[in-house]
Amino acid sequence: MINQNEILQTVHMIDQQHLDIRTITMGISLLDCADPDPKAACSKIYEKIATKAENLVSTGEAIERELGIPIVNKRISVTPMALVAGASRCGSYVPFAQTMDRAAQAAGVNFIGGFSALVHKGATPADNLLIESIPEALAVTQLVCSCVNVGSTRAGINMDAVAQMGRTIKAAAQRTAAQGGFGCAKLVVFCNAVEDNPFMAGAFHGVGEPECIINVGVSGPGVVHHALQSVKGAPFDVVAETVKKTAFRITRMGQLVAQEASRRLGVPFGIVDLSLAPTPAVGDSVARILEEMGLEACGTHGTTAALALLNDAVKKGGVMASSHVGGLSGAFIPVSEDEGMIAAARRGALGLDKLEAMTCVCSVGLDMIALPGDTSAETIAAIIADEAAIGMVNSKTTAVRLIPAPGKKVGDTVEFGGLLGCAPVMPAHPFSSAEFIARGGRIPAPMQSLKN
Amino acid sequence: MRAIVTVLGKDRVGIMSAVCSLLASHNVNILDISQTILQEYFTMVMLVDTAGSDVPFADLAALLEQAGRERDLSIRAQREDIFNAMHRI
Repeated sequence: MINQNEILQTVHMIDQQHLDIRTITMGISLLDCADPDPKAACSKIYEKIATKAENLVSTGEAIERELGIPIVNKRISVTPMALVAGASRCGSYVPFAQTMDRAAQAAGVNFIGGFSALVHKGATPADNLLIESIPEALAVTQLVCSCVNVGSTRAGINMDAVAQMGRTIKAAAQRTAAQGGFGCAKLVVFCNAVEDNPFMAGAFHGVGEPECIINVGVSGPGVVHHALQSVKGAPFDVVAETVKKTAFRITRMGQLVAQEASRRLGVPFGIVDLSLAPTPAVGDSVARILEEMGLEACGTHGTTAALALLNDAVKKGGVMASSHVGGLSGAFIPVSEDEGMIAAARRGALGLDKLEAMTCVCSVGLDMIALPGDTSAETIAAIIADEAAIGMVNSKTTAVRLIPAPGKKVGDTVEFGGLLGCAPVMPAHPFSSAEFIARGGRIPAPMQSLKN
Repeated sequence: MRAIVTVLGKDRVGIMSAVCSLLASHNVNILDISQTILQEYFTMVMLVDTAGSDVPFADLAALLEQAGRERDLSIRAQREDIFNAMHRI
């Protein structure tokens, strides 16, 4: 029998340290739903999602009750919609987003991802139409998430798409101005997007994926923080070992839940994404882990090194615990969703430039950052370009999820509620990048792309 | 199926009796018990076999949780698998 201490350790992790499975995400291919008639396509899409995901939520809840571990979200990701809707003759893809929304409501999930386009080298007419449809689609739906991939290590950066996404983010904020620009919280711009990411808002079901698949995202910043409290003052070798051991345990939970969900649903298991995903709850923060390593406030000198150690140790600990690791895997640093990040931003310790540096060594990018409402589309595009360049050169995924909150100024706060939290509005640089963005074209793929 | 029942809370008369009666009334067999008191804090860990249980496992867990709430205790029933997954390679 497992000894009493081990049992109580697990129970405390769940009860007091916010250990949970963050998401079970079902990936569904919609490639066979394409139809010249948009109404027929939408009805095929609805049927397929509703049928495949019929038992997803009830199965997730049953596993939750039996194992006694919270499974916070049940979600769906689908084939990038531009690939499916492209076959249909129509002037807007908003009805496709509404179909996704209805299907997600019917399945009872809390988000559906994949209103997406992959335009890292160039855009098809369908890709352009999808991007044009994003602001309205995010305003008229509840559960639909959108992401656009504008660059990759192999293809370089599509600067026309970068400029277009700057304008799209502004328009999405305007369309949802009454909710603080909430539409932008459901929109991610990627470089090197991954096809099996279970986390929103950037989840989509890649074309290399099977018909249907189960991916699981684990969490547990609170558990890592708690473990580090017991090694105060110890050298970094000890810190890394402690994080690794903790990440291993957390990931084993994810693997168990993923296998169980896969077996019960009769759907193949894809990957476990071993990300430390914070929430706005006290005790569930990535920033507080970095501070526990000895920093007065997250964002001060040393933060990037602390995050690099954390990100690497999480992966090293988790990789042996799961048969297939994938997705984004690492540490997330969303500002509005992390109690410690919010506090650090409010103290003036954490700004956009430091966050950009941190994205060089963490798993994703500039995430859930509120900017003043009058930030220009070109400035937002330039921030995207910087972030995409980091991803392209370092062969890693980077993402940008910015909210230019309408009517808000530096020092104001934007409230989103729930897991999305609240974001203190941060300043962007006041100097113009407009001429840079106006050039358009492509930034060529770097030397790193020539690996063959 | 084997499961772990953990009971945590302030010590008082009759905790063990209440939990054991509830398990017995649903035909759940207790395989092992360890129990300690740490600073008046009652901690009990039980290994049980639910193969003969007359209610589904999720319902049994809910009944135990409810019984715990009535006595100001935290009572959880979890499949043994979660502990094996976390602590054994």
